[in-house]
Amino acid sequence: MTETVLRTGAEKRKFKIDMRALSPFIALVVLAIAGALINPDFLTASNILNVVTRSAFIAIIAVGATFVIAGGGLDLSVGSMAALTAGVMILTLNSLGGADASTLAIGMLVAIGLSAACGLGNGLIVTFGRIEPFIVTLGTMGIFRSLVVWLAAGGTITMRNFELRELYRPVYFGSVFGIPVPIIAFLVVAAIGALILYRTSFGRHVVALGSNEDVARYSGVPIWRVRTLTYIIQGICVGIAVLVYVPRLGSATPTTGLLWELQAITAVVIGGTALRGGVGRIWGTVVGAVILELVANIMVLSNFVSEFLVGAVQGAIIIIAMLVQRSVHRGR
Amino acid sequence: MKATALKLALAAGLMTGVATSAVAQQKNVTIAVSIPAATHGWTGGVVYHAQETAKQLEKGYPGLKVIVKTSPDGAAQANALDDLMAQKVDALVVLPFNSDELTNPAREVKKRGTFITVVDRGLKDPSIQDIYVAGNNPEFGRVAGKYFVDNLKQGNVVVFRGIPTVIDEERVSNFEKALEGSGVKVIDKQYANWNRDDAFKVMQDFLSKHPKIDAVWASDDDMALGVMEAIRQAKREDIKFVLGGAGMKDMIKKVMDGDKMIPADVSYPPSMISTAMGVTAAHFYTNAPMRGTYVLNAQLITKDNAKEHYFPESPF
Repeated sequence: MTETVLRTGAEKRKFKIDMRALSPFIALVVLAIAGALINPDFLTASNILNVVTRSAFIAIIAVGATFVIAGGGLDLSVGSMAALTAGVMILTLNSLGGADASTLAIGMLVAIGLSAACGLGNGLIVTFGRIEPFIVTLGTMGIFRSLVVWLAAGGTITMRNFELRELYRPVYFGSVFGIPVPIIAFLVVAAIGALILYRTSFGRHVVALGSNEDVARYSGVPIWRVRTLTYIIQGICVGIAVLVYVPRLGSATPTTGLLWELQAITAVVIGGTALRGGVGRIWGTVVGAVILELVANIMVLSNFVSEFLVGAVQGAIIIIAMLVQRSVHRGR
Repeated sequence: MKATALKLALAAGLMTGVATSAVAQQKNVTIAVSIPAATHGWTGGVVYHAQETAKQLEKGYPGLKVIVKTSPDGAAQANALDDLMAQKVDALVVLPFNSDELTNPAREVKKRGTFITVVDRGLKDPSIQDIYVAGNNPEFGRVAGKYFVDNLKQGNVVVFRGIPTVIDEERVSNFEKALEGSGVKVIDKQYANWNRDDAFKVMQDFLSKHPKIDAVWASDDDMALGVMEAIRQAKREDIKFVLGGAGMKDMIKKVMDGDKMIPADVSYPPSMISTAMGVTAAHFYTNAPMRGTYVLNAQLITKDNAKEHYFPESPF
């Protein structure tokens, strides 16, 4: 008898957790059905693959943002950081000149190195400067953005070597076993992110830090190190997103990555991570990024929304999707 | 490396038959040029052309000094006007960030007896300006529309809008007016914010939604580049051409090289700043009347005249 009671107890608990984590997926399915009703073209394989592929940049960046936000921080500089990293990467590729894999490898290393350094900068100022992350990253957002404007002299930074561009192009447009490379990239990033957040002591420390800093400090969590590391992870994620972004259009402009920070934060919140910290849901975040891109796609595919009202309907859909999620929680 | 617009302006001065600098005795004139900093491609082009023209004018008119000052926003530009006035200047060429914020500062400058030339965005009070040089947005849409009517004759067109502004509205409504009564039909319109990435996404969606698109009015060169990439990915053969606008060097190059997908472009030249500077300088060095409004045509750029619009050194 005791056994039975125990079993149902455990089962019940497990089921409850699943429902919470599942709700972004439910919202995704509901949206997909809505999309299919609005326009049958929505369900074509090419459209679905386009949309999921396009969400890769925001999804990858948002995985990093999940760490920062779960740890009680915030990073507004990611869009500008992506633009700067893309700009510097292209300039590096242009100055190296050769059209071979080693050139690409160096360019990629530069991109990851730079974005990690940007993240380190953010992290150090937040921790050692003891300034609100909102202000710090608002500042670096402006700095990164003007640096890319300055590098481009207000124009466009474009990959000059045509052969190199063709060599690099498959990283966005290519696919492995029918799955586009960017989708594989963001699944891998999310898997690694989930592993770090859920299965390592560092991940536990991040969540502890986000739920209560004082308690975490007294429990011996190395606060400064953990916090700085979350910003570095965010930086590296931005770098990886740039590696997938650059081959798409082969250029960076002063408007590259504009408002990506908001999209990333929205994806994180839709995914079920609390904006105040203490909870982190990597897979939810990824689904959140896909939902954002899906809503935009449905808007263009629909025939009855005037182009003037797209923003309003998009906003309403996101709010309704969140309400549906909440009601699913409460129902359990 | 010659700005066409500048040449035209100088020629205008010469054609009146009035001798220029050669006859005039050494005269010291200072012209201040206040423009937005290079925050996107087009203004980047403005900065480039202003600097090039300053050099050329100083060479052409002995005794002329041209000060070019860029500002990152409207408030900074108002301060910049104050600073410029502290140095004694005879004329001000200004491309205002926005009409409201800069009307009063410009009026203050005018009160000192400074000659004022306004470029592109007009001030609230037109009595301030001595010369007004402007691009022509309704014409920009009309020229593009006429190109579709003449070259496509009939078929389905998708339209990319920029950022919701008066400029965008004037362009698009006149484009549609130009199509009236022809066989060319606009089957879809979306905002893509004059942004390459957004245009790429919207074009992907248009391609999923519409099985047959005959041509695309991207209305801007940045957006046209995003559109091209989406078409290439989808491997669609039905689209005959993409028409951009503004005159970005990469696109002009494609027109020059005879790219099938980019047979033409419509100009909205950042070098209009050169026209303004040229006319302003001519005011001081010739006896010809220069005051008035100059509306630059939105020109159709094709393979034949692409060379005149190609500035490989410009960032835009």
